[in-house]
Amino acid sequence: MNRTFQLFPDAASRMSHQVDHLFWYLMLWSALLTVGVAGLILTFAVRYRARPGHRQGFLGPHHALEWTWTFATLAIFLSFFFWGADLYIGESAAPAGAMEIHVVGKQWMWKIQHPEGRREINELHVPVNRPVKLILASQDVIHGFYVPAFRIKQDVVPGRYANTWFQPTRPGTYHLFCSQYCGTEHSAMTGTVYVLEPADYAAWLAGMPTAVSEVQAGAQLFVQYSCHTCHGQQAPTLAGLYMSRVPLSDGSTVLADEAYLRESILYPAAKIVAGYPPIMPSYHNQLSEEQLFALIAYIKALRGASATQPATTPPGLVGEPPTTNPTGNPITNPQGIP
Amino acid sequence: MPEAARHLPPTLAMQFEDPLQQHEASTLGMWTFLATEILFFGGLFVSYTVFRLAYPETWHTGSHHLLEWAGATNTGVLLASSLAVALAVHFAEHQRRTALLLSLASALLLGFVFLGIKGIEYHSEYMEQLVPGINFNPAHDPSGRLQLFFFFYFVMTALHALHMLVGIGLLGFLLYHAGRGHFTVPGANTNAVEIIGLYWHFVDCVWIFLFPLLYLVR
Amino acid sequence: MTLLTPSSPAPALVVPENYLNESFSLRSWLLTTDHKRIAILYMLSITFFFALGGLAATLMRLELLTPHSTMVSDDTYNKLFTIHGVIMVWLFLIPSIPTTLGNFLIPMMIGARDLAFPRLNLLSWYLFMIGGTFILVMLLFGGVDTGWTFYPPLSTSRVHTYVILTAAGVFVTGFSSIATGLNFIVTVHTMRCPGMTWHRLPLFIWSHYATSIVLVMATPVLAITLALIAVERIFHVGIFDPAYGGDPILFEHLFWFYSHPAVYIMILPSFAVVSEIITCFSRKNIFGYAFVAYASISIALIGFLVWGHHMFVSGQSTYAGLTFSLLSFLVAVPSAIKVFNWTATLYKGSITFQTPMLYILGFIGLFTVGGLTGLFLAALPIDVHVNNTYFIVAHFHYIMVGGAVMAYLGGIHFWFPKMFGKLFPTWLSQLAAITIFLGFNLTFFPQFVVGYLGMPRRYHHYAPEFQIYNVLSTAGASILLVGYVLPLIYLLWAMRYGPAAGPNPWRATGLEWQTPSPPPTHNFEHIPIVARGPYDYLEEKPQNA
Repeated sequence: MNRTFQLFPDAASRMSHQVDHLFWYLMLWSALLTVGVAGLILTFAVRYRARPGHRQGFLGPHHALEWTWTFATLAIFLSFFFWGADLYIGESAAPAGAMEIHVVGKQWMWKIQHPEGRREINELHVPVNRPVKLILASQDVIHGFYVPAFRIKQDVVPGRYANTWFQPTRPGTYHLFCSQYCGTEHSAMTGTVYVLEPADYAAWLAGMPTAVSEVQAGAQLFVQYSCHTCHGQQAPTLAGLYMSRVPLSDGSTVLADEAYLRESILYPAAKIVAGYPPIMPSYHNQLSEEQLFALIAYIKALRGASATQPATTPPGLVGEPPTTNPTGNPITNPQGIP
Repeated sequence: MPEAARHLPPTLAMQFEDPLQQHEASTLGMWTFLATEILFFGGLFVSYTVFRLAYPETWHTGSHHLLEWAGATNTGVLLASSLAVALAVHFAEHQRRTALLLSLASALLLGFVFLGIKGIEYHSEYMEQLVPGINFNPAHDPSGRLQLFFFFYFVMTALHALHMLVGIGLLGFLLYHAGRGHFTVPGANTNAVEIIGLYWHFVDCVWIFLFPLLYLVR
Repeated sequence: MTLLTPSSPAPALVVPENYLNESFSLRSWLLTTDHKRIAILYMLSITFFFALGGLAATLMRLELLTPHSTMVSDDTYNKLFTIHGVIMVWLFLIPSIPTTLGNFLIPMMIGARDLAFPRLNLLSWYLFMIGGTFILVMLLFGGVDTGWTFYPPLSTSRVHTYVILTAAGVFVTGFSSIATGLNFIVTVHTMRCPGMTWHRLPLFIWSHYATSIVLVMATPVLAITLALIAVERIFHVGIFDPAYGGDPILFEHLFWFYSHPAVYIMILPSFAVVSEIITCFSRKNIFGYAFVAYASISIALIGFLVWGHHMFVSGQSTYAGLTFSLLSFLVAVPSAIKVFNWTATLYKGSITFQTPMLYILGFIGLFTVGGLTGLFLAALPIDVHVNNTYFIVAHFHYIMVGGAVMAYLGGIHFWFPKMFGKLFPTWLSQLAAITIFLGFNLTFFPQFVVGYLGMPRRYHHYAPEFQIYNVLSTAGASILLVGYVLPLIYLLWAMRYGPAAGPNPWRATGLEWQTPSPPPTHNFEHIPIVARGPYDYLEEKPQNA
């Protein structure tokens, strides 16, 4: 990143330029209005200054003028709204096929989990020109994930998942800041985003052979926490669950997204699947946010019997802990509780 | 100022030009104050609604734990006390001292009855270990959410009871001055009876909302 | 006005009885129900708190000269910005103009002898002092470090500082605010003198009336929110803390439902002062009286609908974001109208540049910049980038300091001769006004730039490339400090040694200028009867022909 003096921030994502265009449009109008008003005030101050022989004049009511400038102002402000709204709506959802990375914020660090297995602290490596979707969780208080160069910011509120996405357009290094005051070392909760060329990114990703993929880690947890003893037998099957519609005991249905999966693990009594007894134990206070991400990644990977199986069948379905990781190397330090 | 009049609520305060202005000002003042009270309780009602919509089952369970007979009786007690206060305002304006005293005393008594029944309820909830932060028994609800219902129950009813206490104090003040005849002499300023009456009606109204929201959740 | 020289025989100088000299005992001050004395009591208190909040800011700006931590620890820095915010918002800005100028002038401007409820007015000052004392005690015990916004679960479950004591102090001052607002509303409705119709009221009254609506409707919500924070902190029942099943976003909604209207409490009274001063020093009626009056009311009402723009990145839905964005653009329109109307008031005027006018011209410029940057923030994608950065800090300081504080100082200078019967030094006061204007811009303009660059707020140490902007900002702050100290000195001096002012040194219209300076305790010998509008400058003879 640019460690020398700058007047304007780097624009390193698809969003950055668009935000900056809107910014300059507002700047233009602001300059016009400021110069206009200031100019008028200065002109009047000089022209109508009190001096011998000068008398104040009479200025009657002029409703037409007042309504005109009211509506003109409203029209200009509404143009700001519509441009901003259009950009905001257009860019609100990540494009399909975005790569997903999971982020956990905790006092006072950012822990990043790539699905393929590499984990980072206060650093985020991403490839250029590919959309990246972040799912964020907080372990404790409200944090804020902010990358000025990408013009993205998302508060990370404990107890729920937050989403944001970006598409980097320039290789380089950029600041990551925590933007929501979170206690003593809030200003130390900073990091670096590395945008790499695709080849460099692939090399980086493969750079830690012992890294266990998130799905693998989730599979291990699935067994470790005895989920497999019920699910697949007397509890609802998890295969094909992700993004399906689940019928609940009160007659309603719910979409099985990440938030639903997280809630079902931590507070199973909140939503009971129709036809099943409410006997699932709660894992509240037993699992960290990272472990939850891993379990959810595993559940997401479980396809229905009719759908295509993933390349490596997760061992959890057959009730055995894995002994090798996806690259075939033996696991020496299985993923445990962080 | 004459000796006898020194303890009177002044017939006309220095800042007012005439009694009508004074009356208008005190009434508007009380209505404005009651508007702020609506906003004050409003924050609690909004939070209550958010959590009721999130946890309807818990709210249902919690409501069942409460003593419905006590809530219903208290509603009747407060309605009766509001009637008494309305009568008091009428009697004050018609300079009927004895009737005024009786109606104020009834309202005061009914206020104490309300607080007494509330006390019985709180005691019963304490014995059942339903008081959050003090003796709430987690066995009631492992998910921890019933405690939230009872938090709202205690905070909202306690805040209401606090307002009742203030109201009782104000009625006592009225009773004292009514006893001395200050509201029933010719030319007396009866604003105090009217605006304290307004306050009392407001506190009653808050209860009218609290009762179904807490006791009658289905 | 008779000038006394050593050679002329001194006439028996009898200073008429006024609200200041009718009694000098401490008891007569502490038990006063005179709105003018209560205004002076408030003026003393808020000046003290402004100095305290300013001290915190000074320490922060000194620390921010370098990117690394040099003077204080992380925890201390966090306490400094929290205390700066708490004191400046609740113990200075919210009370400032309403409790000083509002209390002093509202009864006089409408031809009344006092407010509707003088004893409630005194109670309001005591509540303010009690709340302020809680805050001072909290400081002595060791401070609080949650930020003035108290977001849970940090505030309810993580910090070990004096949150409840702070919340209690703010809770109590809240009732002081409510009492003041209630008093103003009832006074304006019921105590106008004969002939003072609503459309003959000075705009000062309209703006304070609008402010009072907000004071009375918004503050109770803050009270209950702070009470819930205290309860959550003690009992952990799970209303805001997700670890116990609660929702932190519920707090944000409740908090900002008050705190957004609160900023209108802080700025509407400034509009009040501007309208009075600009008409006087242009010698003209305000342009578009009705528009200006109703603009204040619309700002107060629409201001209740925009709180979600503080939460654009908290995770609320897209629809909520769009709604709050649209409403935020709408609320800006009445403010723009006022600026146009004030500018038009200057047209064909006969303008002088006395000190109050300098403050007001500065206000219009700085408020325009602050308001325009508010539009940037209402635009969703821009707010996503600059929320919680120094861009926001600069925006609200342009409005609060460049706006509200300058209007307050302008108002103090304008009505100082009326309140104390003395004149203050002309050139020194003009110099101070210009110093404040320049110092202010140097302090806060660089913060817009460094905020857009990405420097987050509430940062004790920051990325080194932001240093130049911080150095400029601190340099500006040192100039601003000088600008603030000057009026403190010369106004105190003038109270004692200034030349006598006479009833109307500015030749302003308004009923308050028809009384002696300082006014007698009961304001008017006889209640006036009004037959004309509030800014009847055109009738006067030209002076110095």
